[in-house]
Amino acid sequence: MEKRYELNKNLAQMLKGGVIMDVTTPEQARIAEEAGACAVMALERIPADIRAAGGVSRMSDPAMIKGIQAAVSIPVMAKCRIGHFVEAQLLEAIEIDYIDESEVLSPADDKYHIDKTKFSVPFVCGAKDLGEALRRINEGAAMIRTKGEPGTGDVVQAVRHMRMMQSEIRRLVSMREDELFDAAKLLQVPYELALYVHENGKLPVVNFAAGGVATPADAALMMQLGAEGVFVGSGIFKSGNPAKRAAAIVKAVTNYTDAKLIAELSENLGEAMVGINEQEIELLMAERGK
Amino acid sequence: MTIAVLAVQGDFAEHEDALRSLGADCFEIRQQADLSRHFDGLILPGGESTVQGKLLRELGLFEPLRQKIEAGLPVFGTCAGLILLADKLSNDENVYFAALPATVRRNAYGRQLGSFYAEEEFSGLGKIPMTFIRAPFIESVHDGAEVLAEVGGNIVAARKGNVLGIAFHPEVDKNLAVHKYFLDMIKR
Repeated sequence: MEKRYELNKNLAQMLKGGVIMDVTTPEQARIAEEAGACAVMALERIPADIRAAGGVSRMSDPAMIKGIQAAVSIPVMAKCRIGHFVEAQLLEAIEIDYIDESEVLSPADDKYHIDKTKFSVPFVCGAKDLGEALRRINEGAAMIRTKGEPGTGDVVQAVRHMRMMQSEIRRLVSMREDELFDAAKLLQVPYELALYVHENGKLPVVNFAAGGVATPADAALMMQLGAEGVFVGSGIFKSGNPAKRAAAIVKAVTNYTDAKLIAELSENLGEAMVGINEQEIELLMAERGK
Repeated sequence: MTIAVLAVQGDFAEHEDALRSLGADCFEIRQQADLSRHFDGLILPGGESTVQGKLLRELGLFEPLRQKIEAGLPVFGTCAGLILLADKLSNDENVYFAALPATVRRNAYGRQLGSFYAEEEFSGLGKIPMTFIRAPFIESVHDGAEVLAEVGGNIVAARKGNVLGIAFHPEVDKNLAVHKYFLDMIKR
């Protein structure tokens, strides 16, 4: 099982420097692959529509996920509800490449996350800060992403979460070793994980940005803040020209410090998703699962 | 010695760590301007070959690198890098650098549940760790390409002249033997 966890962390390493795109149909999956997505997230409704529709949001229909698996050669991810280990078992049964235990869906358990160490397929989980990230890793997550605020087209929360994680990492790095015991207690995480961060200056797994990324500049911003890659959800297929915007975001992530290139990439992309501001949101998905 | 690492997508940072551990200088190629620097060898890292192939072309890197490889630049590809080097893919119509006379099957072991770890013989290096992540394998080699390693009856490493392609990821195993083999290839 230890080796399986290593292999699952390794797959996330292969995704680095890439863009993972939300898709709802095989056709969108092919557009995403053509545009240079390094993986796709198969889901019935993108977060903006989940937010608009309200109600309980669950794992997608396995038939729909299989249709997307058949359509592309890149890895396919899918979401299950927080704590819903049976939805995760079903996703494993259809050989999904990565499970996102996601706050975008309605939580199935308001106390416990899934014991991800019991699974052979890898999990990615959202986090707002270092404590959440290390708790998810302790439960077996092989990859972390910021929660951001999904389906808003507003990057402010992803920025807040990435800055929080990076500053807490720098703080652990700067500590004396005998201070780590107390730091681990305050973060509510095992001492060994706090020690790893202290010694290596990063999480023990790959860390992507997610939530509200809508433009090439948003994606490059997250990369410059320390993300190792980017999830783009509603931002692509809620925009005027999904294929062009997706391809531009992919290139912006590769050359995230080249402002001249990103300026060129940002020209004539058509309408960006309209988005909603933080103050206008009734449901804060990022507050689900801590 | 200076090695360029293609850094458009994938686990290029792990390759850079391996090179530095062996005392080699390295830098990243992300756009055309990076090609103006001198380099003695090129590494094509793991990642998604479809993404890397597309970015190579759209960022104007493909043709200059293809010409350098054709002219004898030593090149080492792992996983996605092997796919970029193969002159034929059995389950994909794309061909990229076509520098290694080998027929390669993409995602040959299936999805992530098929990813695995093995320790097997690599020609001249003895038993080494091999991590396969949604990996390809080489169905056959031709035109004098040499088979360097096999796992379970499938070819997982091959070389012809200046071109080395392997299906696994020594860069994630903290084992430097294959990187050292590549640096020795350059020295000769």
